[in-house]
Amino acid sequence: MKELLEGSLAIAKAVSLCKPGVVSAYPITPQTHIVEELAQMVVDGHLKSEFVNVESEHSAASVVLGGSAGGVRVYTSTSSQGLLYMTEVLYNIAGMRLPVVLTCANRAISAPINIWNDQQDSISVRDAGWVQFYVENNQEAVDFHPIAYRIAEDKSVMLPVMVCMDGFILTHGMEVVDILSQEQVDKFLPSYKPLYKLDPQKPITMGPLVDPDSYTEARYAIQETQKELLKLIPQVTGEFGKISGRQYNGLIEEYKTKDAEKIIIAMGSVCGTIKEVIDELRKKGKKVGLLKIVCYRPFPAQEIYEALKNIPQIAVVDRSLSLGSYSPLYAEIRSLFFGRKKQPKIISNFILGLGGRDITKDSIKEVVRLLNAKERTCEFIDLKPELLKEEYKDE
Amino acid sequence: MNNDLFVSGHTACAGCGQSLAARLVLNAAGPNTIIVNNTGCLEVFSTKYPETAWKVPFIHSLFENAPAVASGVEAALKVLGTKDTINIIAQGGDGSSIDIGLQSLSGMLERGHDILYICYDNEAYMNTGIQRSGSTPFGTNTTTTPLSQNNYGNPRPKKPMPEIMLAHGIPYVATATVGYPQDLQRKVKKALSIKGPKYIQIHVPCPLGWRHESDATLDIAKIAVETGLFPVFEYENGKLISVRKIQQKPVVEYLKAQGRFKHLVNNPQEIEKIQVIADTNIQKYGLKAEIVAAVPKTENTAQ
Amino acid sequence: MFGPLISKPGTSKNNKTGSWRTELRPKFLQKNCIGCKMCLTVCPEGCIEGNEKNTFTCLYAYCKGCGMCAVICPKKDIVMEKEDSQTNVQGKAKE
Repeated sequence: MKELLEGSLAIAKAVSLCKPGVVSAYPITPQTHIVEELAQMVVDGHLKSEFVNVESEHSAASVVLGGSAGGVRVYTSTSSQGLLYMTEVLYNIAGMRLPVVLTCANRAISAPINIWNDQQDSISVRDAGWVQFYVENNQEAVDFHPIAYRIAEDKSVMLPVMVCMDGFILTHGMEVVDILSQEQVDKFLPSYKPLYKLDPQKPITMGPLVDPDSYTEARYAIQETQKELLKLIPQVTGEFGKISGRQYNGLIEEYKTKDAEKIIIAMGSVCGTIKEVIDELRKKGKKVGLLKIVCYRPFPAQEIYEALKNIPQIAVVDRSLSLGSYSPLYAEIRSLFFGRKKQPKIISNFILGLGGRDITKDSIKEVVRLLNAKERTCEFIDLKPELLKEEYKDE
Repeated sequence: MNNDLFVSGHTACAGCGQSLAARLVLNAAGPNTIIVNNTGCLEVFSTKYPETAWKVPFIHSLFENAPAVASGVEAALKVLGTKDTINIIAQGGDGSSIDIGLQSLSGMLERGHDILYICYDNEAYMNTGIQRSGSTPFGTNTTTTPLSQNNYGNPRPKKPMPEIMLAHGIPYVATATVGYPQDLQRKVKKALSIKGPKYIQIHVPCPLGWRHESDATLDIAKIAVETGLFPVFEYENGKLISVRKIQQKPVVEYLKAQGRFKHLVNNPQEIEKIQVIADTNIQKYGLKAEIVAAVPKTENTAQ
Repeated sequence: MFGPLISKPGTSKNNKTGSWRTELRPKFLQKNCIGCKMCLTVCPEGCIEGNEKNTFTCLYAYCKGCGMCAVICPKKDIVMEKEDSQTNVQGKAKE
């Protein structure tokens, strides 16, 4: 059913249709509305969940870890500082192979403290073993939550999934979204049957101490599962398409890329702006396109290679940094071409939208303009040099 | 075969107070129990993959989050409708309960989960090499409060953890010790019969960290009680309902029995400071066993 | 999928910690025992078994020789004796 909704409320509806048994979260801007709406749904009786109000994000993640180990479907959500605070629990959840789903309302990381959007938070935990999706708009955000549960709970997967959506831009933006009915979600997402759980009838020990004899294999197993996910995710989104009518590839999206001479690669809501710019430039005869990366972990290297191998110039847009080195998405895109038969002549890197700085159509046009014969690394767009002239004076 | 739920083959040191306490706790709790354990000696020596000493469901996550994980397990059992028949015990050492895990524990108590929390208090971070914790008593020689010319060990008093737990207004707070195993088991059973958050702090001597013989564990636990340095008491709904009365022994009896206090034995100044701690406990909890006078007191009796 | 490393209950029994003993081991005299079960209660390994008086003994396959049972016995019916270096602990293990 189509409704005009604030992104957070749409997410809450999508999550409640997935019927999580335990919901636990700690408030942090800009995730708050999602969790507030879920709390209201619980007290109104629309959502039959145990809602656990915790005293920190570390505990929120721990509660959902315990809930999942106890054998029920769980949900949590956070941003920025909260995501970093629960990082050790994130690694723990993935290592213990528990199918937790988390919504990350992407927000910049302190210091300096900034509550607006960039992707540094979820990028910083990309090594933890979680599946990571970056959604472009609220419709995708809503659709990817049941998809997330379906993937996480698959018995050959049993890995947690993070749905990343740009904070404020998507969480607080109003869009018309089509929310599936409960019947449709139930058809797509069966009820959770745990592979293992804490049960006095079958007493097991979870989370043992592991010495060098077994640790490597446990990590290798997750790496292998992530590889297998590259085949499974399109299958799952295909099934979702049959039920919802909305087809997602699940890994990438190619927008006017076939004959493009210049392609921009990006993740998240900025892709919507980029698509608008591409339409404008195409009208003027410029052959530009967008490769949107939807699934960042597992990293769909082969799919990206196929989409870009014949393109002369590509620009990677990063909304995060790896301070001191190449920015994250750029480093991965650039390295996947090494040693391959075909590759773009120019792979440039542009940094935009940090700390919520608006990415306008002009910003994107600047990217297109600067994507030329001169290869650029870590080129900041919309930088304010006049601020950099200020110096700290000890008076 | 005895019906232990915490079985042999674990790699605790010989004479480990904590392994005995864990065994006693679990046998008192019974097979319908889920254990959520913080990182520490107990978890490390009992669950090295692929072997585990636990015959009940057991989960270990991180160092400080057993209370939060247990809260999640409790929520899951409520959803599944099985909470009423299953005990949940969250546990950890003094380091993980009183220091790094205090926040998580406080949150669990404040939310009122039906979980028993057990703190195995061996008064230092033993698993990582006997470093001092918030629960290390005054004057203890640990690897991070070592001795020197002018340093007599830990300069800070033991964090008053039972009082902090009481301040949360939970229905049951008790201290126990492996020195009195039946009392320990009685308290575990009692706690598990009460709905809501419960806390028991169990004094567990550590032969390695406290530097005593492996067969002295129980005796040292008893002397700790008898000096007043580890008061054994029970609070129900905020009211003190029982204490273990003692025939008070001077603290030096306790100090000279352990290598970690050896440096104090010939230092009357430091001993006096510790005696004050013991006397304060005795006063506060009314620990002194009253000797009934043979002759009733009159106003004329000299004080 | 090689998974989340889950251990089956009670498998620590595969680890025969009796091999740790180097000096002393308990001898259960089974003469003056009153069946109080304190030895069974306080053994940190849980390797003492018995029911009525004079039936208590331990599984030497697991006993670490800590001596707590000997200290607690009210009748001094458990005595710590030297670990006989000739005796193979595996050979003496009672199952």
